[in-house]
Amino acid sequence: MRSRSIGRGPGMTVADLVTILAARGGGYAEALGDPAQLRAAVDQRSVPMDTMIGEAKEVALFPPVTGG
Amino acid sequence: MKRVAIQAEDFDVGGELAALEALGGGGVASFTGVVRGGDGLVALELEQYPAMTQAQVGRIVDEAMGRWPLLGVSVIHRFGRLEPGARIVFVGTASRHRTAALESCAFLIDWMKSDAPFWKKEHFAGGATQWVAARDEDAVKAQGWDS
Repeated sequence: MRSRSIGRGPGMTVADLVTILAARGGGYAEALGDPAQLRAAVDQRSVPMDTMIGEAKEVALFPPVTGG
Repeated sequence: MKRVAIQAEDFDVGGELAALEALGGGGVASFTGVVRGGDGLVALELEQYPAMTQAQVGRIVDEAMGRWPLLGVSVIHRFGRLEPGARIVFVGTASRHRTAALESCAFLIDWMKSDAPFWKKEHFAGGATQWVAARDEDAVKAQGWDS
């Protein structure tokens, strides 16, 4: 896993983070370019994309789930 | 009784049902999901988000136990490589009321499908693989319980 540093603005939402990451292009754009196809969890709880990241330790982005 | 198990191993449906029956409520409902074959499918590979799965499924179970008068809930979800005919998921509910048992069972499997962090990859004869796409109707079904 590669490590990347991003400034954490006070009002940054999950959607903002996705926009910043997708703008890096390449694999980021491919994976994160279509926000409608992304789901998020903050500190291992499902959240809507407009959730503020705040002091969270972990943000997870993944495709819609297909279990069950 | 609240039982949540996320495991690679198979499970014994009869044993799970017996444990729910032993709670004495008189009504037990269950759903078992099994890998469907066809179209050259050799296996399904189920991936999860391990740090989150147990807690997330636990929250879905808590929600069901808050909505219906349930004596017990069991949810088992497997991960790893599963061949056609293999069991994937089990949801069982026990209550004194059949409506509560049946409705909560349907609620649980609908929410497992739309909110538990599992992903299925299909493996076909010849080596091709494909991630299963989420179905909008599954999300709509789960959200239908919100009203």
